[in-house]
Amino acid sequence: MFRTIYIMWLREMKRFIRSRSRIIGSLAQPLLFLLAFGYGLGAVFSAAGQGNYIMFLAPGIIGMSIIFTSIFNGVQVIWDRQFGFLKETLVAPVPRLAIMIGRTLGGASVAALQGCIVLVMTSFVGFHPYSWPLVIPAILVMLLIGLLFSALGIAVGSLMRDMQGFQLVMNFLVQPLFFLSGALFPLKGAPMLLTIIARADPLSYGIDALRGFLINGSTFGIGLDLAVLAAFSIVFLAMGSYFFSKIQA
Amino acid sequence: MTDIIEVKNLTKKFGDVTAVNNVSFSVAKGERFAFLGPNGAGKSTTIKMLTTLLEPTSGSIIVDGHDPVTDSSAARSSFGIVFQDPSLDDELTAWENMDFHGVLYGVPAKERRQRIDELLKFVELDDRKDSYVKEFSGGMKRRLEIARGLLHKPAIIFLDEPTLGLDPQTRNHMWQYLEKLNEEDGVTVFFTTHYMDEADRVAQRIAIIDHGNIVAVGSGAELKAQTNTETLEDAFLALTGSEIREEHADASARMRMMRGRR
Ligand SMILES: Nc1ncnc2c1ncn2[C@@H]1O[C@H](COP(=O)(O)OP(=O)(O)O)[C@@H](O)[C@H]1O
Ligand SMILES: [Mg+2]
Repeated sequence: MFRTIYIMWLREMKRFIRSRSRIIGSLAQPLLFLLAFGYGLGAVFSAAGQGNYIMFLAPGIIGMSIIFTSIFNGVQVIWDRQFGFLKETLVAPVPRLAIMIGRTLGGASVAALQGCIVLVMTSFVGFHPYSWPLVIPAILVMLLIGLLFSALGIAVGSLMRDMQGFQLVMNFLVQPLFFLSGALFPLKGAPMLLTIIARADPLSYGIDALRGFLINGSTFGIGLDLAVLAAFSIVFLAMGSYFFSKIQA
Repeated sequence: MTDIIEVKNLTKKFGDVTAVNNVSFSVAKGERFAFLGPNGAGKSTTIKMLTTLLEPTSGSIIVDGHDPVTDSSAARSSFGIVFQDPSLDDELTAWENMDFHGVLYGVPAKERRQRIDELLKFVELDDRKDSYVKEFSGGMKRRLEIARGLLHKPAIIFLDEPTLGLDPQTRNHMWQYLEKLNEEDGVTVFFTTHYMDEADRVAQRIAIIDHGNIVAVGSGAELKAQTNTETLEDAFLALTGSEIREEHADASARMRMMRGRR
Protein backbone atom coordinates (compact mmCIF):
# COMPACT_ATOMS: atom_id res chain seq x y z
CA MET A 1 0.00 0.00 0.00
CA PHE A 2 2.64 2.53 1.09
CA ARG A 3 5.11 1.54 -1.57
CA THR A 4 2.40 1.99 -4.20
CA ILE A 5 1.51 5.43 -2.88
CA TYR A 6 5.18 6.34 -2.74
CA ILE A 7 6.04 5.25 -6.27
CA MET A 8 2.98 6.97 -7.76
CA TRP A 9 3.89 10.13 -5.87
CA LEU A 10 7.50 9.90 -7.00
CA ARG A 11 6.45 9.58 -10.62
CA GLU A 12 4.37 12.78 -10.45
CA MET A 13 7.26 14.64 -8.84
CA LYS A 14 9.78 13.46 -11.42
CA ARG A 15 7.54 14.36 -14.30
CA PHE A 16 6.97 17.80 -12.84
CA ILE A 17 10.58 18.61 -12.07
CA ARG A 18 11.63 17.49 -15.54
CA SER A 19 9.11 19.53 -17.47
CA ARG A 20 10.79 22.88 -17.19
CA SER A 21 8.68 24.37 -19.93
CA ARG A 22 5.56 23.45 -18.00
CA ILE A 23 6.84 25.07 -14.82
CA ILE A 24 7.79 28.27 -16.62
CA GLY A 25 4.61 28.25 -18.67
CA SER A 26 2.47 27.91 -15.59
CA LEU A 27 4.18 30.91 -14.01
CA ALA A 28 3.30 33.19 -16.89
CA GLN A 29 -0.38 33.32 -16.03
CA PRO A 30 -0.01 34.24 -12.33
CA LEU A 31 2.56 36.85 -13.26
CA LEU A 32 0.22 38.36 -15.81
CA PHE A 33 -2.63 38.49 -13.32
CA LEU A 34 -0.42 40.05 -10.68
CA LEU A 35 0.80 42.75 -13.01
CA ALA A 36 -2.44 43.50 -14.84
CA PHE A 37 -4.79 43.34 -11.86
CA GLY A 38 -2.35 44.20 -9.11
CA TYR A 39 -1.09 47.35 -10.75
CA GLY A 40 -4.08 48.02 -12.95
CA LEU A 41 -6.71 47.93 -10.21
CA GLY A 42 -4.51 48.79 -7.24
CA ALA A 43 -5.37 52.48 -7.28
CA VAL A 44 -9.13 51.87 -7.56
CA PHE A 45 -8.96 49.32 -4.77
CA SER A 46 -7.22 51.60 -2.30
CA ALA A 47 -9.36 54.59 -3.35
CA ALA A 48 -12.36 52.47 -2.33
CA GLY A 49 -10.81 52.19 1.11
CA GLN A 50 -9.93 48.48 0.78
CA GLY A 51 -6.21 48.84 1.44
CA ASN A 52 -3.30 47.49 -0.58
CA TYR A 53 -4.56 45.40 -3.50
CA ILE A 54 -1.33 43.47 -4.08
CA MET A 55 -1.48 42.24 -0.50
CA PHE A 56 -5.08 41.14 -1.02
CA LEU A 57 -4.52 39.68 -4.48
CA ALA A 58 -1.35 37.63 -3.91
CA PRO A 59 -2.99 34.79 -1.89
CA GLY A 60 -5.72 34.64 -4.56
CA ILE A 61 -3.12 34.24 -7.29
CA ILE A 62 -1.34 31.54 -5.30
CA GLY A 63 -4.71 29.78 -5.04
CA MET A 64 -5.18 30.18 -8.79
CA SER A 65 -1.90 28.54 -9.62
CA ILE A 66 -2.72 25.68 -7.24
CA ILE A 67 -6.15 24.94 -8.68
CA PHE A 68 -4.88 25.05 -12.26
CA THR A 69 -1.87 22.87 -11.52
CA SER A 70 -3.71 20.29 -9.46
CA ILE A 71 -6.72 19.83 -11.71
CA PHE A 72 -4.41 19.67 -14.70
CA ASN A 73 -2.40 17.02 -12.94
CA GLY A 74 -5.46 14.97 -12.07
CA VAL A 75 -6.92 15.17 -15.52
CA GLN A 76 -3.66 13.73 -16.83
CA VAL A 77 -5.26 10.36 -16.19
CA ILE A 78 -6.61 10.96 -19.71
CA TRP A 79 -3.07 11.32 -21.05
CA ASP A 80 -2.02 8.13 -19.33
CA ARG A 81 -4.95 6.38 -20.90
CA GLN A 82 -4.19 7.80 -24.33
CA PHE A 83 -0.50 6.97 -24.18
CA GLY A 84 -1.13 3.57 -22.65
CA PHE A 85 0.69 3.88 -19.35
CA LEU A 86 -2.55 3.60 -17.44
CA LYS A 87 -2.78 -0.10 -18.36
CA GLU A 88 0.53 -0.73 -16.62
CA THR A 89 -0.91 0.53 -13.35
CA LEU A 90 -4.28 -1.17 -13.86
CA VAL A 91 -2.84 -4.69 -14.17
CA ALA A 92 -0.58 -4.27 -11.15
CA PRO A 93 -1.52 -6.38 -8.11
CA VAL A 94 -2.15 -3.36 -5.89
CA PRO A 95 -5.35 -1.71 -4.61
CA ARG A 96 -6.79 0.94 -6.93
CA LEU A 97 -7.22 3.12 -3.87
CA ALA A 98 -3.45 3.17 -3.31
CA ILE A 99 -2.82 4.16 -6.93
CA MET A 100 -5.38 6.92 -6.65
CA ILE A 101 -4.03 8.24 -3.34
CA GLY A 102 -0.45 8.22 -4.61
CA ARG A 103 -1.45 10.13 -7.69
CA THR A 104 -3.45 12.61 -5.66
CA LEU A 105 -0.63 13.23 -3.20
CA GLY A 106 1.77 13.64 -6.12
CA GLY A 107 -0.53 16.17 -7.76
CA ALA A 108 -0.99 18.00 -4.46
CA SER A 109 2.75 18.20 -3.84
CA VAL A 110 3.37 19.48 -7.33
CA ALA A 111 0.65 22.10 -6.88
CA ALA A 112 1.98 23.20 -3.50
CA LEU A 113 5.48 23.51 -4.95
CA GLN A 114 4.07 25.64 -7.71
CA GLY A 115 2.23 27.70 -5.07
CA CYS A 116 5.51 28.31 -3.25
CA ILE A 117 7.19 29.44 -6.44
CA VAL A 118 4.33 31.90 -7.00
CA LEU A 119 4.63 33.04 -3.38
CA VAL A 120 8.28 33.90 -4.00
CA MET A 121 7.29 35.63 -7.22
CA THR A 122 4.70 37.79 -5.46
CA SER A 123 7.41 39.14 -3.19
CA PHE A 124 8.98 40.74 -6.25
CA VAL A 125 5.85 42.77 -6.93
CA GLY A 126 5.61 44.04 -3.38
CA PHE A 127 3.91 41.26 -1.42
CA HIS A 128 5.16 40.24 2.00
CA PRO A 129 3.46 37.92 4.50
CA TYR A 130 2.56 39.58 7.77
CA SER A 131 4.25 36.82 9.73
CA TRP A 132 7.01 34.57 8.36
CA PRO A 133 6.39 31.58 10.68
CA LEU A 134 2.78 31.49 9.47
CA VAL A 135 4.03 30.78 5.96
CA ILE A 136 4.43 27.17 7.12
CA PRO A 137 0.72 26.58 7.83
CA ALA A 138 0.01 28.50 4.63
CA ILE A 139 2.03 25.89 2.72
CA LEU A 140 0.04 23.14 4.41
CA VAL A 141 -3.13 24.87 3.23
CA MET A 142 -1.65 24.88 -0.28
CA LEU A 143 -1.19 21.11 0.00
CA LEU A 144 -4.76 20.68 1.17
CA ILE A 145 -6.14 22.76 -1.70
CA GLY A 146 -3.94 20.73 -4.06
CA LEU A 147 -5.25 17.48 -2.60
CA LEU A 148 -8.84 18.55 -3.04
CA PHE A 149 -8.51 19.60 -6.67
CA SER A 150 -6.16 16.76 -7.69
CA ALA A 151 -8.80 14.34 -6.47
CA LEU A 152 -11.49 16.25 -8.36
CA GLY A 153 -9.29 16.22 -11.48
CA ILE A 154 -8.79 12.46 -11.26
CA ALA A 155 -12.50 11.90 -10.71
CA VAL A 156 -13.32 13.96 -13.81
CA GLY A 157 -10.41 12.53 -15.83
CA SER A 158 -11.47 8.96 -15.07
CA LEU A 159 -14.84 9.62 -16.65
CA MET A 160 -13.39 10.93 -19.90
CA ARG A 161 -12.20 8.95 -22.84
CA ASP A 162 -10.33 11.56 -24.86
CA MET A 163 -8.50 14.85 -24.75
CA GLN A 164 -11.42 16.86 -26.12
CA GLY A 165 -12.98 16.68 -22.70
CA PHE A 166 -9.96 18.37 -21.21
CA GLN A 167 -10.72 21.78 -22.69
CA LEU A 168 -14.27 21.52 -21.43
CA VAL A 169 -13.03 20.88 -17.92
CA MET A 170 -10.75 23.87 -18.08
CA ASN A 171 -13.44 26.20 -19.42
CA PHE A 172 -16.48 25.03 -17.52
CA LEU A 173 -14.98 23.85 -14.27
CA VAL A 174 -11.65 25.45 -13.48
CA GLN A 175 -12.31 28.96 -14.78
CA PRO A 176 -15.63 29.44 -12.94
CA LEU A 177 -14.24 27.91 -9.76
CA PHE A 178 -11.40 30.40 -9.91
CA PHE A 179 -13.20 33.57 -10.98
CA LEU A 180 -16.09 33.11 -8.55
CA SER A 181 -13.92 32.21 -5.57
CA GLY A 182 -13.15 35.69 -4.32
CA ALA A 183 -9.55 35.34 -5.47
CA LEU A 184 -9.71 38.69 -7.24
CA PHE A 185 -12.26 40.66 -5.20
CA PRO A 186 -13.35 40.85 -1.56
CA LEU A 187 -16.50 38.86 -0.77
CA LYS A 188 -17.36 41.35 1.94
CA GLY A 189 -19.73 43.82 0.29
CA ALA A 190 -20.08 41.79 -2.91
CA PRO A 191 -23.61 41.34 -4.33
CA MET A 192 -25.68 38.72 -2.57
CA LEU A 193 -25.82 36.26 -5.47
CA LEU A 194 -22.06 36.32 -5.93
CA THR A 195 -21.50 35.76 -2.23
CA ILE A 196 -23.79 32.75 -2.27
CA ILE A 197 -22.02 31.24 -5.27
CA ALA A 198 -18.61 31.91 -3.75
CA ARG A 199 -19.69 30.23 -0.54
CA ALA A 200 -20.43 27.05 -2.47
CA ASP A 201 -17.01 27.10 -4.14
CA PRO A 202 -14.37 25.13 -2.18
CA LEU A 203 -11.59 27.29 -3.60
CA SER A 204 -13.06 30.29 -1.74
CA TYR A 205 -12.28 28.59 1.55
CA GLY A 206 -8.78 27.68 0.40
CA ILE A 207 -8.00 31.23 -0.58
CA ASP A 208 -9.63 32.56 2.57
CA ALA A 209 -7.39 30.30 4.67
CA LEU A 210 -4.34 31.48 2.72
CA ARG A 211 -5.36 35.08 3.41
CA GLY A 212 -5.81 34.15 7.05
CA PHE A 213 -2.25 32.91 7.36
CA LEU A 214 -0.53 35.27 4.96
CA ILE A 215 -2.20 38.66 5.58
CA ASN A 216 -4.27 37.93 8.69
CA GLY A 217 -7.34 38.58 6.57
CA SER A 218 -9.71 35.61 6.82
CA THR A 219 -13.39 36.37 6.26
CA PHE A 220 -14.91 32.98 7.12
CA GLY A 221 -12.53 32.04 9.91
CA ILE A 222 -9.68 29.57 9.45
CA GLY A 223 -11.43 26.84 11.41
CA LEU A 224 -14.38 26.79 9.03
CA ASP A 225 -12.03 27.04 6.02
CA LEU A 226 -10.06 23.97 7.07
CA ALA A 227 -13.19 22.00 7.92
CA VAL A 228 -14.75 22.73 4.52
CA LEU A 229 -11.52 21.94 2.65
CA ALA A 230 -11.11 18.66 4.51
CA ALA A 231 -14.73 17.66 3.92
CA PHE A 232 -14.55 18.41 0.19
CA SER A 233 -11.23 16.57 -0.07
CA ILE A 234 -12.70 13.44 1.45
CA VAL A 235 -15.73 13.55 -0.81
CA PHE A 236 -13.61 14.08 -3.94
CA LEU A 237 -11.13 11.39 -2.90
CA ALA A 238 -13.99 8.94 -2.50
CA MET A 239 -15.46 9.96 -5.86
CA GLY A 240 -12.06 9.80 -7.54
CA SER A 241 -11.32 6.34 -6.16
CA TYR A 242 -14.70 5.09 -7.22
CA PHE A 243 -14.51 6.37 -10.79
CA PHE A 244 -10.85 5.40 -11.08
CA SER A 245 -11.61 1.85 -9.98
CA LYS A 246 -14.29 1.60 -12.66
CA ILE A 247 -11.90 2.30 -15.52
CA GLN A 248 -11.68 -0.59 -17.97
CA ALA A 249 -9.16 -0.73 -20.75
CA MET B 1 0.60 -31.77 -17.51
CA THR B 2 -1.42 -29.27 -15.49
CA ASP B 3 -3.23 -26.38 -17.11
CA ILE B 4 -2.22 -22.91 -16.03
CA ILE B 5 -4.97 -21.16 -18.00
CA GLU B 6 -8.48 -22.56 -18.31
CA VAL B 7 -11.17 -20.72 -20.22
CA LYS B 8 -14.73 -21.98 -20.53
CA ASN B 9 -17.52 -20.54 -22.67
CA LEU B 10 -16.01 -17.07 -22.56
CA THR B 11 -18.05 -14.31 -24.24
CA LYS B 12 -17.56 -10.56 -24.49
CA LYS B 13 -20.10 -8.24 -26.07
CA PHE B 14 -19.66 -4.53 -26.70
CA GLY B 15 -23.21 -3.36 -27.24
CA ASP B 16 -24.40 -5.57 -30.08
CA VAL B 17 -20.88 -6.44 -31.28
CA THR B 18 -19.81 -9.87 -30.04
CA ALA B 19 -16.03 -9.56 -29.87
CA VAL B 20 -15.46 -12.97 -28.29
CA ASN B 21 -18.06 -15.65 -28.82
CA ASN B 22 -18.29 -18.55 -26.38
CA VAL B 23 -14.66 -19.68 -26.58
CA SER B 24 -13.12 -22.46 -24.51
CA PHE B 25 -9.46 -23.47 -24.40
CA SER B 26 -6.70 -24.31 -21.98
CA VAL B 27 -2.97 -23.70 -21.86
CA ALA B 28 -0.55 -26.08 -20.15
CA LYS B 29 2.07 -24.91 -17.69
CA GLY B 30 5.28 -24.10 -19.53
CA GLU B 31 3.64 -24.16 -22.93
CA ARG B 32 4.13 -21.68 -25.77
CA PHE B 33 0.61 -21.00 -26.98
CA ALA B 34 -0.50 -18.73 -29.82
CA PHE B 35 -3.74 -17.03 -30.73
CA LEU B 36 -3.65 -16.63 -34.49
CA GLY B 37 -6.22 -14.50 -36.27
CA PRO B 38 -6.83 -11.45 -38.40
CA ASN B 39 -7.46 -7.92 -37.12
CA GLY B 40 -10.68 -7.68 -35.17
CA ALA B 41 -10.82 -11.42 -34.46
CA GLY B 42 -11.07 -10.89 -30.72
CA LYS B 43 -7.47 -11.61 -29.69
CA SER B 44 -6.87 -8.47 -27.66
CA THR B 45 -10.30 -8.66 -26.08
CA THR B 46 -9.55 -12.19 -24.88
CA ILE B 47 -6.17 -11.15 -23.46
CA LYS B 48 -7.77 -8.20 -21.69
CA MET B 49 -10.27 -10.49 -20.01
CA LEU B 50 -7.52 -12.92 -18.98
CA THR B 51 -5.51 -10.05 -17.50
CA THR B 52 -8.32 -8.36 -15.50
CA LEU B 53 -8.60 -5.32 -17.77
CA LEU B 54 -12.07 -6.24 -18.99
CA GLU B 55 -14.89 -8.09 -17.34
CA PRO B 56 -16.34 -10.94 -19.38
CA THR B 57 -19.99 -10.79 -20.39
CA SER B 58 -20.20 -14.49 -19.48
CA GLY B 59 -18.04 -17.55 -19.05
CA SER B 60 -15.29 -18.53 -16.65
CA ILE B 61 -11.54 -18.00 -16.53
CA ILE B 62 -8.86 -19.44 -14.29
CA VAL B 63 -5.35 -17.98 -14.47
CA ASP B 64 -2.74 -19.76 -12.36
CA GLY B 65 -5.49 -20.99 -10.04
CA HIS B 66 -7.21 -17.61 -9.67
CA ASP B 67 -10.34 -16.06 -11.13
CA PRO B 68 -9.41 -12.67 -12.65
CA VAL B 69 -12.87 -11.29 -11.87
CA THR B 70 -13.31 -12.26 -8.23
CA ASP B 71 -9.67 -12.68 -7.20
CA SER B 72 -8.06 -10.07 -9.40
CA SER B 73 -5.13 -9.20 -7.16
CA ALA B 74 -3.86 -12.79 -6.94
CA ALA B 75 -4.40 -13.29 -10.66
CA ARG B 76 -2.45 -10.11 -11.39
CA SER B 77 0.60 -11.28 -9.47
CA SER B 78 0.85 -14.37 -11.64
CA PHE B 79 1.43 -12.79 -15.01
CA GLY B 80 3.45 -10.21 -16.88
CA ILE B 81 2.04 -8.57 -19.98
CA VAL B 82 3.23 -6.82 -23.09
CA PHE B 83 0.28 -4.90 -24.48
CA GLN B 84 -0.46 -4.41 -28.15
CA ASP B 85 -0.13 -0.64 -27.74
CA PRO B 86 2.78 1.04 -25.97
CA SER B 87 2.41 1.28 -22.20
CA LEU B 88 5.64 2.88 -21.02
CA ASP B 89 6.04 6.27 -19.41
CA ASP B 90 7.89 8.26 -22.05
CA GLU B 91 8.98 10.89 -19.56
CA LEU B 92 10.85 8.37 -17.46
CA THR B 93 14.08 6.55 -18.30
CA ALA B 94 14.23 2.87 -19.15
CA TRP B 95 15.60 2.13 -15.71
CA GLU B 96 12.92 4.18 -13.99
CA ASN B 97 10.16 2.42 -15.89
CA MET B 98 11.58 -0.90 -14.70
CA ASP B 99 11.99 0.34 -11.14
CA PHE B 100 8.42 1.66 -11.06
CA HIS B 101 7.16 -1.76 -12.09
CA GLY B 102 9.35 -3.56 -9.56
CA VAL B 103 8.10 -1.39 -6.70
CA LEU B 104 4.47 -1.86 -7.74
CA TYR B 105 4.94 -5.63 -7.80
CA GLY B 106 6.70 -5.64 -4.45
CA VAL B 107 10.09 -6.90 -5.66
CA PRO B 108 12.55 -6.21 -2.77
CA ALA B 109 15.05 -3.41 -3.45
CA LYS B 110 18.22 -5.43 -3.75
CA GLU B 111 16.74 -8.14 -5.91
CA ARG B 112 15.02 -5.45 -7.96
CA ARG B 113 18.23 -3.68 -8.86
CA GLN B 114 19.91 -6.93 -9.71
CA ARG B 115 17.08 -8.19 -11.88
CA ILE B 116 16.68 -4.88 -13.66
CA ASP B 117 20.36 -4.93 -14.63
CA GLU B 118 20.10 -8.54 -15.69
CA LEU B 119 16.97 -8.07 -17.76
CA LEU B 120 18.17 -4.89 -19.43
CA LYS B 121 21.28 -6.78 -20.46
CA PHE B 122 19.10 -9.64 -21.65
CA VAL B 123 17.15 -7.35 -24.00
CA GLU B 124 20.33 -5.44 -24.88
CA LEU B 125 19.25 -2.12 -23.47
CA ASP B 126 21.77 -1.91 -20.62
CA ASP B 127 23.75 0.79 -22.38
CA ARG B 128 20.59 2.88 -22.75
CA LYS B 129 19.20 2.41 -19.27
CA ASP B 130 19.37 6.09 -18.38
CA SER B 131 17.86 7.34 -21.63
CA TYR B 132 14.32 8.63 -21.69
CA VAL B 133 11.91 6.21 -23.29
CA LYS B 134 10.69 8.93 -25.65
CA GLU B 135 14.06 8.66 -27.40
CA PHE B 136 13.56 4.93 -28.08
CA SER B 137 12.57 3.28 -31.36
CA GLY B 138 9.51 1.04 -31.55
CA GLY B 139 11.68 -2.07 -31.28
CA MET B 140 13.55 -0.80 -28.24
CA LYS B 141 10.28 0.04 -26.51
CA ARG B 142 8.98 -3.44 -27.17
CA ARG B 143 12.13 -5.00 -25.76
CA LEU B 144 11.88 -2.82 -22.68
CA GLU B 145 8.25 -3.84 -22.23
CA ILE B 146 9.24 -7.51 -22.40
CA ALA B 147 11.97 -6.96 -19.81
CA ARG B 148 9.50 -5.13 -17.61
CA GLY B 149 6.88 -7.85 -17.93
CA LEU B 150 9.40 -10.40 -16.69
CA LEU B 151 10.76 -8.40 -13.77
CA HIS B 152 8.54 -9.89 -11.08
CA LYS B 153 9.17 -13.48 -12.26
CA PRO B 154 5.64 -14.17 -13.49
CA ALA B 155 4.44 -17.70 -14.14
CA ILE B 156 2.89 -16.54 -17.41
CA ILE B 157 3.86 -13.86 -19.88
CA PHE B 158 1.12 -12.51 -22.15
CA LEU B 159 2.23 -10.83 -25.35
CA ASP B 160 -0.37 -9.15 -27.55
CA GLU B 161 1.04 -8.92 -31.07
CA PRO B 162 4.52 -8.30 -29.69
CA THR B 163 6.21 -8.15 -33.08
CA LEU B 164 3.67 -5.94 -34.82
CA GLY B 165 5.38 -3.25 -36.86
CA LEU B 166 8.89 -4.50 -36.09
CA ASP B 167 11.45 -5.40 -38.71
CA PRO B 168 12.16 -9.11 -39.29
CA GLN B 169 15.55 -9.00 -37.61
CA THR B 170 14.18 -7.52 -34.39
CA ARG B 171 11.34 -10.02 -34.52
CA ASN B 172 13.71 -12.95 -34.68
CA HIS B 173 15.76 -11.58 -31.89
CA MET B 174 12.76 -11.14 -29.68
CA TRP B 175 11.56 -14.70 -30.17
CA GLN B 176 15.02 -15.98 -29.37
CA TYR B 177 14.87 -14.28 -25.96
CA LEU B 178 11.41 -15.58 -25.29
CA GLU B 179 12.13 -19.14 -26.33
CA LYS B 180 15.25 -19.16 -24.20
CA LEU B 181 13.29 -17.92 -21.26
CA ASN B 182 10.54 -20.44 -21.81
CA GLU B 183 12.99 -23.32 -22.01
CA GLU B 184 15.22 -22.27 -19.14
CA ASP B 185 12.73 -20.88 -16.64
CA GLY B 186 9.57 -22.68 -17.73
CA VAL B 187 7.61 -19.45 -18.16
CA THR B 188 4.33 -20.04 -19.95
CA VAL B 189 4.20 -17.88 -23.08
CA PHE B 190 0.78 -16.84 -24.38
CA PHE B 191 0.96 -14.65 -27.45
CA THR B 192 -1.28 -13.37 -30.19
CA THR B 193 -0.18 -12.75 -33.73
CA HIS B 194 -1.42 -12.46 -37.24
CA TYR B 195 1.90 -13.68 -38.65
CA MET B 196 1.55 -17.31 -39.78
CA ASP B 197 5.27 -18.09 -39.79
CA GLU B 198 5.66 -16.83 -36.25
CA ALA B 199 2.83 -18.92 -34.88
CA ASP B 200 4.05 -21.97 -36.77
CA ARG B 201 7.67 -21.62 -35.67
CA VAL B 202 7.32 -20.47 -32.07
CA ALA B 203 4.12 -21.93 -30.65
CA GLN B 204 3.71 -25.52 -29.55
CA ARG B 205 -0.03 -25.13 -29.96
CA ILE B 206 -2.05 -22.63 -31.96
CA ALA B 207 -5.65 -21.55 -31.55
CA ILE B 208 -7.08 -20.12 -34.75
CA ILE B 209 -9.57 -17.39 -33.97
CA ASP B 210 -11.84 -15.61 -36.42
CA HIS B 211 -14.83 -13.33 -35.80
CA GLY B 212 -14.67 -14.11 -32.09
CA ASN B 213 -14.78 -17.88 -32.54
CA ILE B 214 -12.01 -20.41 -32.05
CA VAL B 215 -12.22 -22.53 -35.17
CA ALA B 216 -9.40 -24.96 -34.39
CA VAL B 217 -6.72 -25.69 -31.78
CA GLY B 218 -3.62 -27.82 -32.27
CA SER B 219 0.06 -27.86 -33.14
CA GLY B 220 1.03 -26.47 -36.54
CA ALA B 221 1.50 -30.02 -37.81
CA GLU B 222 -1.89 -31.12 -36.47
CA LEU B 223 -3.67 -28.20 -38.08
CA LYS B 224 -2.05 -28.98 -41.42
CA ALA B 225 -2.86 -32.69 -41.13
CA GLN B 226 -6.42 -31.96 -40.11
CA THR B 227 -6.99 -29.84 -43.21
CA ASN B 228 -4.81 -31.89 -45.53
CA THR B 229 -2.65 -28.89 -46.37
CA GLU B 230 1.07 -28.23 -46.73
CA THR B 231 1.37 -24.83 -45.08
CA LEU B 232 -0.25 -23.06 -42.18
CA GLU B 233 -1.50 -20.42 -44.63
CA ASP B 234 -3.47 -23.05 -46.47
CA ALA B 235 -4.69 -24.61 -43.26
CA PHE B 236 -5.86 -21.20 -42.12
CA LEU B 237 -7.61 -20.64 -45.42
CA ALA B 238 -9.31 -24.02 -45.23
CA LEU B 239 -10.47 -23.40 -41.66
CA THR B 240 -11.66 -19.82 -41.93
CA GLY B 241 -12.37 -19.41 -45.60
CA SER B 242 -10.20 -16.31 -45.75
CA GLU B 243 -6.61 -15.17 -45.76
CA ILE B 244 -4.95 -12.79 -43.36
CA ARG B 245 -4.03 -9.71 -45.31
CA GLU B 246 -0.79 -8.71 -43.67
CA GLU B 247 -0.31 -5.44 -45.54
CA HIS B 248 -3.55 -4.13 -44.11
CA ALA B 249 -2.74 -5.21 -40.58
CA ASP B 250 0.78 -3.82 -40.81
CA ALA B 251 -0.40 -0.44 -41.99
CA SER B 252 -2.82 -0.06 -39.14
CA ALA B 253 -0.19 -1.27 -36.69
CA ARG B 254 2.26 1.34 -37.88
CA MET B 255 -0.35 4.03 -37.49
CA ARG B 256 -1.04 2.89 -33.98
CA MET B 257 2.63 2.89 -33.10
CA MET B 258 3.03 6.37 -34.46
CA ARG B 259 0.11 7.64 -32.46
CA GLY B 260 1.55 6.05 -29.35
CA ARG B 261 4.97 7.55 -29.92
CA ARG B 262 3.92 11.17 -30.03
N1 LIG C 1 -13.80 -1.15 -26.23
C1 LIG C 1 -14.46 -1.61 -27.31
N2 LIG C 1 -15.67 -1.12 -27.62
C2 LIG C 1 -16.36 -1.58 -28.70
N3 LIG C 1 -15.90 -2.53 -29.53
C3 LIG C 1 -14.69 -3.05 -29.30
C4 LIG C 1 -13.90 -2.62 -28.18
N4 LIG C 1 -12.74 -3.32 -28.18
C5 LIG C 1 -12.81 -4.15 -29.25
N5 LIG C 1 -13.96 -3.99 -29.93
C6 LIG C 1 -14.38 -4.75 -31.12
O1 LIG C 1 -14.25 -6.11 -30.83
C7 LIG C 1 -13.75 -6.82 -31.95
C8 LIG C 1 -12.47 -7.55 -31.55
O2 LIG C 1 -11.44 -6.63 -31.31
P1 LIG C 1 -10.00 -7.07 -30.80
O3 LIG C 1 -10.14 -7.99 -29.67
O4 LIG C 1 -9.23 -5.82 -30.57
O5 LIG C 1 -9.41 -7.83 -32.06
P2 LIG C 1 -7.91 -8.26 -32.40
O6 LIG C 1 -7.06 -7.97 -31.20
O7 LIG C 1 -8.00 -9.70 -32.72
O8 LIG C 1 -7.48 -7.46 -33.56
C9 LIG C 1 -13.54 -5.80 -33.05
O9 LIG C 1 -14.68 -5.83 -33.87
C10 LIG C 1 -13.47 -4.50 -32.30
O10 LIG C 1 -13.93 -3.44 -33.10
MG1 LIG D 1 -5.45 -6.79 -31.05
